[in-house]
Parts: sequence; C-alpha cells; structure tokens
Amino acid sequence: MSTTTTVSAQQLVEQALALTTLPTVVHLTERWEANLRWAANALTTNGEMHSRTLTVVATAPVQGGTAVGTVSQEVTEAAEVAAVVAAAEQAARSGPPSEHAAPLVEGDRSAAFDEPPATTGIEVLARVAEGLGTAFAAAGTSGHLLYGFAEHIVTTSYLGASTGLRLRGVQPTGRFELNGKTADLSGSAWVGAPSRDFTDVDVVALYGQLQTRLGWAATRIDLPAGRYETLLPPGAVADLMIYLLWTANARDAEEGRNVFTAGEGRTRLGERLAPLPITLRSDPTAPGLETVPFVDALQSEDGTSWVFDAGLPVPPTTWVSDGLLTELVRNRAHAAATGQRPTPPADNLLMSADGPQDAGAGATLEEMIARTERGLLLTCLWYIREVDPERLLLTGLTRDGVYLVEDGEVKGAVNNFRWNESPVELLGRITEVGRPESTLCREWNDFYNRTVMPPVRVPDFNMSTVSQAS
Amino acid sequence: MLPVPELDDSFLALPLEQLRDAALSRAAELGCSHADVRVERLRSAHRSLRDRALETSADSQTLGLSVRVVHEGVWGFAGDITLTADGAARLAERAVATAKVSKPLTPRRVELADEPVHADARWVSDYEVNPFDVDEAERQARLLALVEPLLAADGVSHANTDLAWVQENKYFANLAGTTTTQQRVRLQAQITAVHVGAQGFSTMRTLAPPVGRGWEYLTGTGWDFDAEVAELPSLLAEHVAAPSVEAGRHDLVVDPSNLFLTIHESIGHATELDRALGYEAAYAGTSFATFDQLGSLHYGSPVMHVTGDRTVTHGLSTVGFDDEGVAQQEFDIVRDGTLVGYQLNRQMAAEKQLGRSNGCAFADAPGHIPMQRMPNVSLQPAVDGPSTEDLIGDVEHGLYVVGDKSWSIDMQRYNFQFTGQRFYRIENGRLAGQVRDVAYQATTTDFWRSMEAVGGPGTYVLGGAFNCGKGQPGQVAPVSHGCPSALFRGVNILNTAAEGGQA
Repeated sequence: MSTTTTVSAQQLVEQALALTTLPTVVHLTERWEANLRWAANALTTNGEMHSRTLTVVATAPVQGGTAVGTVSQEVTEAAEVAAVVAAAEQAARSGPPSEHAAPLVEGDRSAAFDEPPATTGIEVLARVAEGLGTAFAAAGTSGHLLYGFAEHIVTTSYLGASTGLRLRGVQPTGRFELNGKTADLSGSAWVGAPSRDFTDVDVVALYGQLQTRLGWAATRIDLPAGRYETLLPPGAVADLMIYLLWTANARDAEEGRNVFTAGEGRTRLGERLAPLPITLRSDPTAPGLETVPFVDALQSEDGTSWVFDAGLPVPPTTWVSDGLLTELVRNRAHAAATGQRPTPPADNLLMSADGPQDAGAGATLEEMIARTERGLLLTCLWYIREVDPERLLLTGLTRDGVYLVEDGEVKGAVNNFRWNESPVELLGRITEVGRPESTLCREWNDFYNRTVMPPVRVPDFNMSTVSQAS
Repeated sequence: MLPVPELDDSFLALPLEQLRDAALSRAAELGCSHADVRVERLRSAHRSLRDRALETSADSQTLGLSVRVVHEGVWGFAGDITLTADGAARLAERAVATAKVSKPLTPRRVELADEPVHADARWVSDYEVNPFDVDEAERQARLLALVEPLLAADGVSHANTDLAWVQENKYFANLAGTTTTQQRVRLQAQITAVHVGAQGFSTMRTLAPPVGRGWEYLTGTGWDFDAEVAELPSLLAEHVAAPSVEAGRHDLVVDPSNLFLTIHESIGHATELDRALGYEAAYAGTSFATFDQLGSLHYGSPVMHVTGDRTVTHGLSTVGFDDEGVAQQEFDIVRDGTLVGYQLNRQMAAEKQLGRSNGCAFADAPGHIPMQRMPNVSLQPAVDGPSTEDLIGDVEHGLYVVGDKSWSIDMQRYNFQFTGQRFYRIENGRLAGQVRDVAYQATTTDFWRSMEAVGGPGTYVLGGAFNCGKGQPGQVAPVSHGCPSALFRGVNILNTAAEGGQA
C-alpha cells in the first residue's frame, strides 16, 4: 500500500516541535486498516482506510503549577500543523494547574524514528477471502449460514518531545470472527482468532471447529436459571479479567471509589483475591503479544490520565501474583505523591495459575470437559455491563453455545442465560485453572485484542435468568 | 427570533465540488452504476473535572472523504484524508478495487431504492450558540460554578463532571445528481455526586439528556442545571440511607429519564431491518422481531405507539438528509401495539420491496461506511393521558424508576436488565422513600405487553445518548428517544446485592 500523503510523519513531528514555545509532546499516528464482513454466506461490506492524526500536548507554567492543553487533528499537509500547535499552547496557557503534572519524559532519538510507517491493505485478507469462498460453499452444502468479520489494523506512532525524545512504535492488530448458524437460526456457534498478520488464520480449519459445535447443537436441552458448575473458555475469562484491569485505578481505590478500596484511604493491595496461585500480568514483550513499549495513549481505560507521561517506558506489571493483589494503575504524578512506582499498563493481559515461569501447565479445555460430572460449557460472554461498582458486579449474557456436559461428554446445547457475577469475587471461587492460550475475547475485541488466558472451572456460576435468544 | 445558524465558512472553503467531480467522474469512467462521495469534518471536544480540578481537556478534529461505489453489482468502499482532486479520483479507483476483491463472494447484485434528486440542498440544525465559539475560560467557569455547591454540600465526598460537544459537517454527492451540505451541533453534560462512607460508596447523577443544542443548553435553555445540581445532595443522602429492595414481581412507573434507554435497547435496536435480516448476526445480533412478523407481531399493549423520525427539533438523530442522500422523514414502527415498520436504508428498502428508504443510513466518520442506524425512536404520549402522579396513584405496591444507569440486553433483544439512578417505593398510590440494589429484568414483549398506561404530553421528555454502538468496524451514533412516563404491571425485580457472590 502506498502512502497518499506527500509530507512524511517525521517531518510533521519536527515541524510541530519547531513551532512550539512551551515544553511539548507531539504525537503522530499513522493508521492503515482493511476489513471484510460477511453474513449468510455472502460478503456484505469491505473497506480500506488510512488516517493520520497529529496530537499536540503543550504544557505551560501557570499560577499554582503546570497546565496542559491537548489538541488532535487529522493532518495531511505541513500548513495545517501551526494551527494545532497554537491551539494546544493557547489551551495550556489559559488552563488551571493539572493534578497530573510531571516533567516531560527525557530521552534521545531512537534510530527507528526515521523508518517509514508500517501499512496494510485489503491484499492482507486475500487468503481469508479465498478460505471464506471454500467455507461458504461447504456451509451451503451442510445447511449452515456463516457470519463474521476480519480486520487488520496497523498503527505507527511517532512521538517527539521538546526534551529531545524521539520514538517510533508499530502495533499490528488483527481479528477474525466466524459465527455459524443452523439454517433455522436455532443453533449458533462461534470461533475467533487474534492475528498480527493473518498468515496464521486457517478459515477452513476454524469452520471445522464450528461444524463440531453445530453438531452438538442438534440436541436441545432446556435448563432453568440457577447456579451451575461452569467451564469458561479462555475468551470468556479474558472478557471478565479485562474489565477487572479496566477498574484497577489506584487513586480511585485510595479514595474509596472502586472495588479495590479497603476503606479510610487504604487499598486491597496485598489482599488474597484467589486461593489458587493465579497470576494476572501485562508485559509489552510477551511473545506473540508484543505492544508498543512506551506510553502512547493519553488515558487508559481505568481512567488514569497519561497526558504528561507520553513516551514513558511501559514495564511488565503483575497485577495479581500467587492469588494476591499486587499492583494497581497509577501515573507518574500520583506515583510521586504516594511514594510508589508508575504502572502504565501494557496493552495485553496474561493469566495463569503457576506464575509466568510455568505458564504452559494445566489441563486443556477438552481434559477439563472429560473430568466434568455435570456442568455447563460456555462459548462467549456478551453485553457485559457494570451493575454495582462496589463489588464490580457485572451482568451479561451467554452467547453462541452453552453446552451441557455430563459424565465427561457434551450432551447437547442449552438455552442462553443472563448472568450476574463479579470477576473479583470469581477469582476467589475458581476451583481449576487450565492451560493458558492465546485467545480472542468476544465482548471487548473492538478495544482489546491481545490476551493469553486459561479455561477455568467455577463450581457455582450465577445464571440469573433465562434468555430466549438462540 | 434568533438568527438561524449558518454553515461554517471554513468547511465551505474546502474544495468540495472539485472532490465531488473528480471522484464521481472517475467512478463513472470505471463503469460504476452507483457512486457517492462524502466529505466529512467532525470537531469534538471533551472536558472533565475531578472535583474542582480539570482532569481532561481534549479537542479533536477528523476530516476526510470516502467514496462508495456499486461496481458490477458489488459494493466497494475506500476512505482517505487527502482532499485533492487527484486523491479523490484515486479513492474511486481503490473503491472499485475493493469491489473486485469482494465480487466472488457476493451472490446477489446490490440494488438501491429510488430517491428523488436533491440538488444543492443545505441544512443546519437548530441551536443558538456554537459551543466552539464560547471562550474556554467561560466554559470552565460555568462547570466550576455548577460543581462548587455540590462539593460544599454535606455528604458529597467527590464530584465528577463531564462535558462533551460536537460540530458535524457533511458534504454528500452522488452520480444521480444529489448534493447536500449539512451542519449539526450537539452537547452533553453530566455531573455525578459521590458519597464515600463507612458502608462503601454511592453515586447520584444528573438526568439532563444530551441534546442537539448549543452552549445555551448549559445556561438555561431547555434545562435548569443549577436546579438539578441543587437537588443532588439530598437525593444522594436518601439513596445512601435507603433500605435494600425486596426481590419479586412489582408494578413499575417508569420515568422518561429511564424509559428512553429501555426503548432504545428493546424497540430501537430490535426494529433495525439489518438486524432482522441477519447482517449484524455475528456482532450486534439479530432481532426477535423477524421480517415475517411485520404487520402481525403483538409487540406490546394497545396503548403502545412508537415512531421513528429524523425530524424532531433538537433530536440527536435529526438531520436533513441521511448518508445516502435520503431526505428526513417520520414513520410508524409500532402502532396500537403491533409491529408495522422497520428502519431502512436504500439497499434493504429495495431488497424487501418496501418502496422508498425512510432515511436511516449514517456513518460516524469520513472513513466509515454508512450503515443502517437508528433515527429518533420515540414512544408517543396519550393525547389526554395522565400525569406521572396519576400513574403512581394507580399503583398499590410498586416502584417508581428514575434515571438510567446500567443496561444489558441479549443478542435477539429478548432478555434485558436495567438499573437506574434512583428507585422509590410506591405504597397505596404514593411515593414512600428510596430503596437501593434494584434492577428490573424482563423479556421485551412481556414488558411492553404489561404496559397498562402511558402518560400525557405533559410527562413527555426527549432523552437520548451520544454513544450507541453498532457494526464492524465499530461505529458510534448519537440518538434521541422521546417518551412519556408509563405504568407497567408485574415486572421482575432483582435485588442486586443477592446476585453473584458465594452460592
């Protein structure tokens, strides 16, 4: 894919920095994306897009501290840069002092900064399209309908600061989702896969997995609401643990405003959340899940502001270690105020029960099914929303396959349920953690793509009401 | 009479006609049967306060164009940021290239419902003061003035304030000869009071809905923020001290500040034809309201009349022309309790032989493809209907539900569960104090069939949301929902404190 712009990203960053009169960070993101979407064995939409966003973060000394102004704009030409810089500086100069103020990150020019942006295009999905053609034909013969989405996004971040810092980071993100339904739409199954480059997505093999699951759905079993022994597959565990991380704001906990508070300014750091030796961590260098190794977002999902921290190296962080809560998310200003270290979260999450040294241990989901006397096997969790932030009680649905397991075998497909559970409380009730694997979550895969998660067994998962959805 | 806002000169100064001519002529040369070009500029701003401190100050602008074609009966789409005639022509070529990739996987030819040509049409939404024209110091001073009395009140430990506003400019043209230039402004402000005490923490948020208005909304036009903020401390204190609800079946009087979101989830999304036809099956989901039930589905009680529109003043989904060049309309979705209409775009209107599209195509960004998105979907009041007090008067034991909070609904729009800002017990037709830990849960048709009465026009409020999500790649749309207060009999109430946890 060729670029459509004539001025390079680096030139725009340097030009913006040359125009600044204040301590400033300039962030330019090149984003290329391509996607295919299909429904009922036919392609429905497609697209190939390119955008380039300049963000200028200007800081200014004001009475009582340091103020900050942030202005973002899509830019194509050098002539557009000056107005963005001026607007950011104006906002900084006229703003109140920020509670997040910290000196801008120091550093040198990385050699990679001069490299061009990485790109992608619709061609990356050519093999997927070919595989879909085969799968559509097979599905037509089997009386199945296939739905789904394939997307590849490549962003390149160029970050420059008036301190001399120059960084470049490339983030490839890909997802493939295949949903199969029986012709009468009464049975539904789903498989998903994350991918950095789509060389590892085997559409026909994934359709084979769907066929197995749609076969399980041939027997329908109605079960009432209630508490069930439940096997959650890795993707469902990811959706729950991602929400836990998105709530792990240290300052909120200290102020008594989230599930990790212990009251009177204290947090639950050090408290045992799980009787099993569960580890939950983020690591920008995790193999296959590599993320941009410096802070390049202005805010993380837990609400922490990183506006003064752009370019800060992202360390590996262990949030839960051996079942104990060990870390929460805090920026540099809050770390300095509370005598702790800053913890910018890498854009990935890994869970295991044996610590990072032995993360390959544990039973496979198939082995866990074989050892189940009676229980439910889930496929996906869906429409997850917060009901009670004090306990982090979440609600949601099961989706695309709830199966009854008896005497170690899948007996058939069960109706869907609405559930109400807290991931923090679930950590305390998980009785088995299986072998972690790279997985695509369902609910949050628009925003969160890189997870390694185990299947888990919960003896008493709360299926609150029945859903008629199939 | 205030002057009608004018189209932004800086948007009109873009080379709109050159981009149009370059893209459409190249698409025509390449043999496209349909082509449209959309140039879009979105200016967005967000401010947030954490107590008195400015937590977020972010302004952003998105500007780009896209070309969508039908080439040999197949959709193709491409978007970019380079606003030159050459770039627009190349974009048309890329759109055709994506159509060619898709062709082997597209068994049915794309057909589009006819729409009259709207040549050089212009439309601007109804607002008084563009928030972008207000001085930053004045904006921040207004937020501080709202939050100060809250932080000074007993029982309020913290306050969060969020303000967001958007100016949306779109230029659209197609091969048929339609050219539209439009501008919309919208604004959302929310203030949340937080109590932290020995028993944990609780919150109470303002009910002021997001609207298609300008800065005037924060200074007294259409809402009284000062009065609402003044009530928050006592509402929060009562909430903190409230007893836990008794789970079971309860009659509900639902205030418009809560009911709008139930309408959105259980009627708005359920009557999107793309969902009913399965285009969203792998993501947002399908609908229990399948196409074969059009004209026959017993959706709700006979007092249920639901409309879709892109016309209501200050509506978030209101626009002169949609992103396929279809002019704004109003239409029935549920009449006398029966499903009578779906939300359409031009392709689905043709596919289902429903005549003209009712104008529900929308793209949230220049680089996103238009899809069928929700118009303002509203429950109509009864002409001589009762007041909210009268509805409460008809309940012996029940709950009065105010303000939206948590929401979740399944992928066919059957099973939903909602919470609220505050729930009041009703005893013998009168309010008897707040209760807490409440969620109401139902199946959509059971719920709407249990609606015994809708309030009169005096209870009607236009609510809404900025953040309706749909599609892959994900798109976000603003939408309004008007409704009266309404009375429902025998709805399942959960005590959320008893949910989850140890068996």
